[in-house]
Amino acid sequence: MTLDRRNFIKLLGSVSGLAMAGCASPGGLAGPTGGRRVVVVGGGYGGTIAAKYIRMLDSSIEVVLIERNDHYVSCPFSNLYIGGILKDLTPLTIRYDKLVSNHGIKFMQAEVTGVDAAKKVVMTSGGDVSYDRMVVSPGIDFRFEELQGYDPATTPEIMPHAWKAGPQSTLLRNQLDGMKDGGTVVLSIPLGPFRCPPGPYERASLIAHYLKQHKPKSKIIVLDANPDIVSKGPLFKKGWKKHYDGMIDYRGAKKVTVVDTKNMSVQVEGIEPVHGDVINVIPPQRAADLAVHAGLVGPDKKWCPVDATTFESTLRKGIHVIGDASIAGAMPKSGYSANSEAKVCAINLVAMMNGKEVTELSGINTCYSFITNKEAVSVAAVYKVAAGNIVSVPNSGGVSPDLSELEAVYAESWLRNILTEMST
Amino acid sequence: MKIRRDGWVVAAGLLALSTAALAAPPSAAMLSNACAGCHGTLGASAGPSMPSLAGQSKVSIVESMTDFKSGARPSSIMGRLAKGYSDAEVDAMGDFFSKQKPVMHVQSLDQAKVARGQAVHEKSCARCHVEDGKEPKDNSPIVASQWLRYLQIQMDDYASGKRKMFENKAEKMKPLSKDDLDAAAHFYSSVK
Repeated sequence: MTLDRRNFIKLLGSVSGLAMAGCASPGGLAGPTGGRRVVVVGGGYGGTIAAKYIRMLDSSIEVVLIERNDHYVSCPFSNLYIGGILKDLTPLTIRYDKLVSNHGIKFMQAEVTGVDAAKKVVMTSGGDVSYDRMVVSPGIDFRFEELQGYDPATTPEIMPHAWKAGPQSTLLRNQLDGMKDGGTVVLSIPLGPFRCPPGPYERASLIAHYLKQHKPKSKIIVLDANPDIVSKGPLFKKGWKKHYDGMIDYRGAKKVTVVDTKNMSVQVEGIEPVHGDVINVIPPQRAADLAVHAGLVGPDKKWCPVDATTFESTLRKGIHVIGDASIAGAMPKSGYSANSEAKVCAINLVAMMNGKEVTELSGINTCYSFITNKEAVSVAAVYKVAAGNIVSVPNSGGVSPDLSELEAVYAESWLRNILTEMST
Repeated sequence: MKIRRDGWVVAAGLLALSTAALAAPPSAAMLSNACAGCHGTLGASAGPSMPSLAGQSKVSIVESMTDFKSGARPSSIMGRLAKGYSDAEVDAMGDFFSKQKPVMHVQSLDQAKVARGQAVHEKSCARCHVEDGKEPKDNSPIVASQWLRYLQIQMDDYASGKRKMFENKAEKMKPLSKDDLDAAAHFYSSVK
């Protein structure tokens, strides 16, 4: 074998663990002490679970979890905060200390600045890290360029997207708080696929919930680029009629193409202006910048094609892509999908590293949406692989028959369990 | 492998086929891990309405899934999910969760209800829910240390008639008041 840098480090590692310390590049992690390392990028619904399950399946593999923040705020349930039902984001926030210590994961708070897939090195603000395999669960970024007049730096401060939970959620909530009674809220929904298919409709519901309680003369106009509600449609419509009749003005096939922060308006197809006192523009989406820079995004220039069994990128060997950024067939861009994909990826990544046979995917999505503070609806599905594609198992899954308080009880336990799984 | 004029195309085709063929059918872990987002890692639920599956009897898990699938047991989401699995897959999942280490949940409970529930248990339930619900018997599940909210939802479903019961169970359960049932749920949640 040729004695390249990696093999050299591996050799050193096998001779003496102590020698490693002297070898490490400043601030970075040169080589794994045990000989094999997986780098996981992204500490959200996908990345935390991939890191944890790889360690659970094979503790001889070193796992380095790289995340830019020291905490993570869940998008699921953030609409309850925006709608004034949750007091703050604390119940949606996880930290990594227990996860990392329980499973012997190495946590690195750093920004990824580049990936060299050929050399198997990820460059970060904390130094370079080499890997044998990498899992990226980077989430989404926005196709701002498709909205005329949208300045990525300033527009979200005036017309928040709140499609990544955190300060954006707080901004939107504060804007609703500050709006006069009798005001108009505009919510613009991009063409799918986007993160969390039912999310915009849950948001419309919970903003209406807030308005009904505090500003009953107000209304919300929903401008949906899609021809109709893309998820749980009949249930949302039923819930809106039951609880918010006349308050939610839903307009399908109304694609917002222009934003005008000066006049506080958006334009449908560049011609039909709609004014609002609060304007929540959810821009069209793609895989996060990291995936774009690493060459993981496919010919659609939006999402990352992957193998349906291993979630290994079809474009960059040795890099697996899970969560919202990946093209996972019938599995939607949801938190539970990311959780499920992470486990499939972990099992098969470990099998590949150990020269073992891979295992066909079996996955689940469960997703709850609140209509009011008390009533929720759900959708669920089981997935398998057929002819190389991830498909929903026939004659299974589907939506709840109705909105109910029991669904909301289960929704709360859903959040508690999935966040516990990610953080312990 | 025969090499033809378009040899590399044939080779590529064979490779693709063999890659697909190399994937084993979903293992018990592959199937069961997907449940853990709601039921907790290795079936150790963080509560309160999702039951722990870790250490539950296989018979009981398989029966629950079978009844969810057929609709015999009411559910919000489990009926829709159970329909996605074959009997063999359900068996594998039951096996997987039954072999996991059971967990004791820390719950704050009304001790007066726990005491009343113990009396209810001894009078009406102890013949099947043996060892204070810590041991399975026939198709009776382990109920000890289960999450209270989950047990209460089951009691509600029995009381309302949504969840059907075997004759023996119905005979014992029908005379019990709502408060008795709630007390019994408290008692089982308290058992360590």
